[in-house]
Amino acid sequence: MTLDRRNFIKLLGGASSLALAACAGTGGLSGPTGGRRVVVVGGGYGGTIAAKYIRMMDSSIEVVLIERNDHFVSCPFSNLYIGGLMKDLSPLTIKYDKLAANHGVKVIQAEVTGVDAATKVVKTSTGDVTYDRLVLSPGIEFRTEEIKGYDMATTPEIMPHAWKAGPQTVLLRKQLEAMKAGGNVVISIPLAPFRCPPGPYERASMIAMYLKQHKPGSKVIILDANPDIVSKKGLFLKGWKKHYDGLIDYRAAKKVTEIDTRGMAVLVEGIEEVKGAVINVIPPQKAGHIAHVAGVVGTDKKWCPVNPMTFESTLHKNIHVIGDSCVAGAMPKSGYSANSEAKACATNIVNAMNGKELIDFSGINTCYSFLSAKEAVEVTGVYKVDKGAIIAVPGSVGVSPDLSETEAIYAESWLKNILTEMST
Amino acid sequence: MTMKWSGWALATGVLAVSAMAQAAPPTAAMLSNACAGCHGTHGGSAGPSMPSLAGQSDKAIVDAMKKFKSGARPATVMGRLAKGYSDAEIAAMGEFFSKQKLHATNQTLDKAKIAKGASLQEANCGRCHLEDGKEGKDDTPAMASQWLPYMQIQMADYLSGKRKMPEQMQEKVKPMSKADLEALLHFYASVK
Repeated sequence: MTLDRRNFIKLLGGASSLALAACAGTGGLSGPTGGRRVVVVGGGYGGTIAAKYIRMMDSSIEVVLIERNDHFVSCPFSNLYIGGLMKDLSPLTIKYDKLAANHGVKVIQAEVTGVDAATKVVKTSTGDVTYDRLVLSPGIEFRTEEIKGYDMATTPEIMPHAWKAGPQTVLLRKQLEAMKAGGNVVISIPLAPFRCPPGPYERASMIAMYLKQHKPGSKVIILDANPDIVSKKGLFLKGWKKHYDGLIDYRAAKKVTEIDTRGMAVLVEGIEEVKGAVINVIPPQKAGHIAHVAGVVGTDKKWCPVNPMTFESTLHKNIHVIGDSCVAGAMPKSGYSANSEAKACATNIVNAMNGKELIDFSGINTCYSFLSAKEAVEVTGVYKVDKGAIIAVPGSVGVSPDLSETEAIYAESWLKNILTEMST
Repeated sequence: MTMKWSGWALATGVLAVSAMAQAAPPTAAMLSNACAGCHGTHGGSAGPSMPSLAGQSDKAIVDAMKKFKSGARPATVMGRLAKGYSDAEIAAMGEFFSKQKLHATNQTLDKAKIAKGASLQEANCGRCHLEDGKEGKDDTPAMASQWLPYMQIQMADYLSGKRKMPEQMQEKVKPMSKADLEALLHFYASVK
């Protein structure tokens, strides 16, 4: 009798799932799943790939992608827009329609408000969605509580972080354009780990490039909470010397602990005041909000511990965390890392659902940074699991030998390929 | 890897039951999917300077990876990435990409150059670049539908001596003008 009832509901569920593709609500997704539903939360570098690859590997598995926006803007390359090398964000923007059309991913535009790990339900602004496996790829959230005077609602409008691409990126660019020549731009960098380790230094390069051309007398002051440049140090220093000598004032071990939006100043360790005409405060970071709601953040209260093969949370069964939010051993928090993690996670979810053997992780990271309009550098590496942890394969990790125009050409194709992979 | 691990567990009398011990080593798909961030899903590149790997011959891929690894072929990221894989893993990746459907690129090409390139290919290159470049003899790479900008970068490396040309190719390329070579590349890019 139970079986009959279950089958009946399954049939109903199937019917309303078909209707869903057209109306994109959550109706019909709050009931039983038939044991074959994966819900992916977050449509960025990790989430899109997890959703697509699960469907490519096994089209009998239903995949629901929940994302609050109807589009995604890439953080990688957004510094080029800030520096004035791109006229708008369209080369960095993807939509989800082809993931639905080509792969049958059910895309729902909604805000996730809760996760009930016990009953396997995701609560959203448009209704409940039940899952068999849940993949969280929520990016980052800011630890604003560590900066005195920082208000999440109002501060970014005055001192943009531009560490989530979109309106914040546009705002920072506008502030630079509106700035009077001679004004200083302050960039504050949080303690590692944070999203995109070379990102702040690339940003400094791109802003210095703009100032050199358009704002005589202006310079960039970098207040880095870290004891030294976190990534590609030699290459950044070389590029700065070559192109922006005297335009970038790099200060190590300067942790911004307080801000004054009225006085347009930041305070280092609460005492040393630094003023700026434009101030880009990149706050310290933690796993995306949804990860905290779902209870998969570790004891550090920052990041999500996961199994390095399946990316399943070590805290809650059937919830997987990929991308910037998870602790992926030696892998940096980058878009390419998220792409690799998503594929390994997808592979092992499909295998687990089909009662097949799990496969060890193998992944790559490749991260380009621009130093000038035509020169880029990269860091790259191959990663695998060894003794239960993700490590870099010896000999595979390294950076460009020099600033390179060829690398800039490859970087453009990197962007084209990775965004195409996420959106088609 | 798994064999060694379970062998060790047996030998030492330890019953390792963690998930880690039960995992199989990375499959060809696991290894190859990681490449897709730069080379496109299943090796079908959307970026004009990155080669498509889909439908490429496994021998050509293995040959390229070995030369990247040894430094014999000039590279940016590939010199380091190739060092991250064993010969067996490289062979598995070569086989994976060779089985994927040829990726037809949509490029703006010059019709006159394509026609000129077609006759040059037949007269000069067809003994190794078989079937209009759809296939290759031994480790000769397939050229059909490959991105023009990628092939132009490679040809520039050949001509500058950065990348070593195979002897048979040297003989054929030497008498050709730059316009001839450009025509050849337009032809290969046009083959679907």
